[in-house]
Amino acid sequence: MPEPLLEVRDLRVHFPTDDGLVKAVDGLNFSMVAGETLGIVGESGSGKSVSFLTVMGLINRKSAIVEGEVIFQGQDLLKLPTDELQAIRGSKIAMIFQDPMTSLHPFYKVGDQIAEAILAHEEVTKKEAGDRAIEMLRRVNIPRPDERARQYPHEFSGGMRQRAMIAMALSLNPDLLIADEPTTALDVTVQAQILSLIDHLQTEFNTAVALITHDLGVVAEHCDHIQVMYAGKIVEEGSGDDIYYRPMMPYTWGLLRSIPRLGHVSERLEPISGSPPSMIFLPKGCSFSPRCPYVFDTCHVEEPPLEPVDGHHAAACHLSLEDRERIVREEVVAS
Amino acid sequence: MLRYIARRLLWLVFVLVVIVAITYSIFFLLPGGNTDTIAQRFAGKAPTPEVVAQVKLQMGLDKPITMQFVYFMRNLFFGDQYGWPGFGKSFTLREPLRPILMERMFITLQLALGAAVMWLLIGIPIGVLSALRPRSLFDRAAMGFALVGISIPVFVLGPMALWVFSYQTHILPGTGYKPLLEDGFYPWFSHFLLPWFVLALLYAAFYARLSRANLLETMGEDYMRTARAKGLRERRVIVHHGLRSSLTPLVTVFGLDLAGLMAGAVITETIFNIPGIGDLAIKSIQSQDLYAILDVTIMAAFIISFANLAVDIVYAFLDPRVRYE
Repeated sequence: MPEPLLEVRDLRVHFPTDDGLVKAVDGLNFSMVAGETLGIVGESGSGKSVSFLTVMGLINRKSAIVEGEVIFQGQDLLKLPTDELQAIRGSKIAMIFQDPMTSLHPFYKVGDQIAEAILAHEEVTKKEAGDRAIEMLRRVNIPRPDERARQYPHEFSGGMRQRAMIAMALSLNPDLLIADEPTTALDVTVQAQILSLIDHLQTEFNTAVALITHDLGVVAEHCDHIQVMYAGKIVEEGSGDDIYYRPMMPYTWGLLRSIPRLGHVSERLEPISGSPPSMIFLPKGCSFSPRCPYVFDTCHVEEPPLEPVDGHHAAACHLSLEDRERIVREEVVAS
Repeated sequence: MLRYIARRLLWLVFVLVVIVAITYSIFFLLPGGNTDTIAQRFAGKAPTPEVVAQVKLQMGLDKPITMQFVYFMRNLFFGDQYGWPGFGKSFTLREPLRPILMERMFITLQLALGAAVMWLLIGIPIGVLSALRPRSLFDRAAMGFALVGISIPVFVLGPMALWVFSYQTHILPGTGYKPLLEDGFYPWFSHFLLPWFVLALLYAAFYARLSRANLLETMGEDYMRTARAKGLRERRVIVHHGLRSSLTPLVTVFGLDLAGLMAGAVITETIFNIPGIGDLAIKSIQSQDLYAILDVTIMAAFIISFANLAVDIVYAFLDPRVRYE
């Protein structure tokens, strides 16, 4: 087993608010190895973004209670002093965000913003940083990169802006790229381009990628391993095949069933009933129990642990394996 | 861009013409706005009709009002016997107004610029520091100060300050203006200190609140998160990314505030006996000195219109999203 690149152990991120304690992340455990692509799927409020913002150290420690460990290349990031964390951010771990329109500073040229990242971490001249910025824009397939580098963000289209963000993130050859809903704000056609760009660059740069999304379709083709998060925890994880062909948790079934499919236009959409839980007042027992069509007594009392199903596939559910396999065969795959 | 400037300048001229017309109208519509009455007042004791007629002629009041307006505008743009622009002659002082205006403008400029430096140096740092420590003791104290500064009228603060610093404790001299080159640095400075402060307090309070609000809003912007994600030092994030966005709107506000002051800080100049444009405005209205009133109004209108144009142009350089056709 290769040494893990990133190991998150029992991460809890709680925000005290006037209304109560918001348990955004409540016991998260996972790891990533070098070069791996991890997909993190979940609804809004599942804790998927907060967990990775915490990995980056972008959560304000004055307004959040953070417990647990985030071990990156042997160091616990949660215990690092600020200046060491700043040295890692951007150069070893990089992050791109959902809305490229607002993620770039409107007053500075795109090339300068990319060069800024380089200059913050390496001893190079401004000219060298500028040239490397142009080169990065070329690597993300932006035509006429030398001209584009001298332009401002509002002169770029949405897809181009996201490419520029990716260029900025990869400019220092990080070991881990966190992509937080990188395509949500973009057109469908552009989405595909951006995702394949990330794939392509990942291989070129040998970067591990954590792809956060609410879209199961996105993770299917692009991820080695997938985590499904609900209410601040992982409820199922496995390879693409595991999740798609042998899902073992009612929430995952609900997600799969709710994907609209081409050629089935006349069918009604099947949403998951109910709504995501309040992160302050989580349901007792299994947090999915209020919405689960297969709920029974134990579900309201005890929280199901994340247990292996086989190999790297694990799920958190009280239903017996046989019951789940039967339901999958009869109801989920058949539909 | 040049076409835009040209259009704005044309509009400025039009605005000036309208303002002069309005001023003329108000002057002659108010009680005592009769050319005979005015001429009589300035004609000395118990004037005969011939003397009154003479005075009317001298003052240019003999022609119909619309003609007076036209002649005045012509002189303004092309100059009169006293120089360019043609500001005419004061009724009360019986002297050409141009040199008077220039000198008073210079004095008001000293008042305005000194106050401006003070309010920028006080207001903006307070606002920025408050935004960086929201809801702290510093923040609450600073916003309390801002509330006081905005609320106290100049005509209360001025005399209070004078009483404390001048009459009671004699730390500072009293009212009046001491030219720098004639009387030396300390008299000039000490006479301006209180008026600068009194004027600056209000603006400092505004700017503290404004810069605080702007910076707080900017801190929540996505590009700030991106900057941190790049691993930049927090100072660079705040100064290079945060302040740039949050202080740029202040440039516009500052330009207009300064222009407004240069048009005459009337109350301050009156309280502190500073012979500036504002002081002239009050005196000329009280004495019904038509040309002085017109000149002061025009200068104010011109400065403010021009400042509006200037800040818009400057803003286009500061914010690349703004471009004028």
